[in-house]
Amino acid sequence: MAVATTHGHDEAHEHVPPFFQRWFNSTNHKDIGTLYLLFAFSAGIVGAFLSFGIRMEMEAPGLQYFSNPQTYNVFVTGHGLIMVFFMVMPALIGGFGNWFVPLMIGAPDMAFPRMNNISFWLTVAGFFSLVCSLFVEGAPGAVGAGTGWTVYPPLSTAGHPGPAVDFAIFALHLSGAGSILGAINFITTILNMRAPGMTLHKMPLFAWSMLVTAFLLLLSLPVLAGAITMLLTDRNFGTTFFDPAGGGDPILYQHLFWFFGHPEVYIMILPAFGIVSHIIATFSKKPVFGYLAMAYAMVAIGVVGFVVWAHHMYTVGLSLQTQSYFVFATMVIAVPTGVKIFSWIATMWGGSIRFTAAMHWAVGFVFLFTVGGVTGVILANAAVDRYLHDTYYVVAHFHYVLSLGAVFIIFAGVYYWFPKMTGRIIPEWAGKLHFWLAFIGANVLFFPMHFLGLAGMPRRYADYPEAFAGWHWVATMGGHIFALGMVVFVIGIVLAFRSKERAADNPWGEGATTLEWTLSSPPPFHQYETLPVIVDEPSHAH
Amino acid sequence: MPAQAPRPNPARQARTTLLACLGLVAFMVGLSFAFVPLYNLFCKATGYDGTPLVGSAPTGPASDARMTVHFDTNVQAGLPWRFVAETPRVEARLGETQTVFFRVTNTATVPTTGIAAFNVQPALMGGFFVKIQCFCFNEQTLQPGETMDFPVVFYIEPAARTDPNTAAYSEMTLSYSYFASKNGQPTAALATPAGTTRAN
Repeated sequence: MAVATTHGHDEAHEHVPPFFQRWFNSTNHKDIGTLYLLFAFSAGIVGAFLSFGIRMEMEAPGLQYFSNPQTYNVFVTGHGLIMVFFMVMPALIGGFGNWFVPLMIGAPDMAFPRMNNISFWLTVAGFFSLVCSLFVEGAPGAVGAGTGWTVYPPLSTAGHPGPAVDFAIFALHLSGAGSILGAINFITTILNMRAPGMTLHKMPLFAWSMLVTAFLLLLSLPVLAGAITMLLTDRNFGTTFFDPAGGGDPILYQHLFWFFGHPEVYIMILPAFGIVSHIIATFSKKPVFGYLAMAYAMVAIGVVGFVVWAHHMYTVGLSLQTQSYFVFATMVIAVPTGVKIFSWIATMWGGSIRFTAAMHWAVGFVFLFTVGGVTGVILANAAVDRYLHDTYYVVAHFHYVLSLGAVFIIFAGVYYWFPKMTGRIIPEWAGKLHFWLAFIGANVLFFPMHFLGLAGMPRRYADYPEAFAGWHWVATMGGHIFALGMVVFVIGIVLAFRSKERAADNPWGEGATTLEWTLSSPPPFHQYETLPVIVDEPSHAH
Repeated sequence: MPAQAPRPNPARQARTTLLACLGLVAFMVGLSFAFVPLYNLFCKATGYDGTPLVGSAPTGPASDARMTVHFDTNVQAGLPWRFVAETPRVEARLGETQTVFFRVTNTATVPTTGIAAFNVQPALMGGFFVKIQCFCFNEQTLQPGETMDFPVVFYIEPAARTDPNTAAYSEMTLSYSYFASKNGQPTAALATPAGTTRAN
């Protein structure tokens, strides 16, 4: 796009509130985005600590660190819930979404700044509720909820009489309410506050990805809220939604959960799709290939994502016809996803590629996400799933798309937008070293899990037969390499803040064409006091 | 810069979007709760998830095909009952009405009330297993030491042999669980030792 007029921001109007008001009563989308990113990083440290506990225990057969396997399950549950609801979602949606959706569409702020602040603090309150659940009784004689992130009854009802599961359910209620309010804010902002001339078909792909994600949140999270409310009343008030004693059916919970749970995985990956499109276009110095196809591929993924949920439930006794439908519908998702993968490759094709740190992460993402996508197509087959259901093959699959997909793009986004957000520069060598440690570490960590799963290693067990020992040891070593990469990441951030070097308004040059690069680095506290006007120039639409 | 066309009031537009979104959220919460009775109806109508159908009499002639029906009886913690079927299994001709008696005894010294939940396995047989008479539709109260015999009258639809989902099955299980009950709701029974909090 071409920008005819840009900001006319006036330093005299720059009014930054005092510390407490600025960070605790914040209504500024950039400050709230920063808070979300810092929160996601902190929660990610806790989630990573839990996964470290898991990997240490799994390094060798027998029980080394956990005297009670139930505590191991509590670690698994905490790791899953924290990484999904308090790391990936706050980072990609709350963090980058808040920061860059208004900047990219030329809006002065989000539509409801006060509601934006409530969304953030609800998420924080949810996190504290989840941390509380780790320290109160769950299953008899053990602390914490060991239900897995799926919280299936009857394990979560009859199996956990203590209050730990109630705390976990409240955590999901609070963060869910925060996410729903955030989603409403994004929809209202994107639909009503785009700069003059920016039609939906000229809107940057990251804004498109956030729009689709927000609708997925709006349609799926209320169903989770309903399902876990029923769990809560089953646990505490004698209802029998999922209790056969009163005519309920535990399978109903699985249907409700996965009606939320499957769109949830797209909620986590679609914003990453948006970010990776900008990074690849920027560092290939080309507009993204097939802009409209890219936008509508995300819409298609979102729509089809709502009608495939039972592929998580092939083993509950579905009829052949039902299973055939879910196999087919699930495989259909590979088509729009393929459109995206090939469009990214086509964007790079013939481009003037610069392998910056952010580009390393983006290209790494395209490769690793494809690996995760391929195992997804394998798992989509109901017949194969009989064999692989709840094995480490599934663990490998969803870590390839989430840990190596969404998380890689969180780091890509940090390396891409850090100069814009802070005005500082992370040394390129740090970003690249971090990438190679993470790339090698994550592959050594998760690729052997395919072999373990194919050999029959089930999920959520603290102990295993001697036969699985070799690959588990290798996986743990990969975990150490990945952790080392995190140290490099922190060093890079520290060096950026210690250095006197300052970032230019557009440090990436010609390829970076979205509106945020027309502002100063960091952007003024209030931007676009005069709205930018987008001039029609279809050949450069991007 | 082109002259700005008069635009609708942005605050009002935002409010409209906000209300539409909130309406959508309320609708989806409502839908998740509406799904509970709908799912129940769906299971009863189609036999989905091992829910036996309820009927009055076989609709067609009996076939020569046979199927072994096993009976599984359970009493959940908190209900001091003994519960057995008169026979562990029967060879049933498809389409022929069968009657099997189940015997329950209250071993407590006080009257107790229970209600039975039931299910068939494999779950896909639910759509072909039709119950004509069953004790499981109401709760029963047994006096101390009282024993009762309850009949279950059922038949298996001959179509089970022709449906590709179930054609291969030669055996199935009808399973009953008695739960302590009060007004149709599960409850901790009176005779429960102190410290037990849930009926299941």
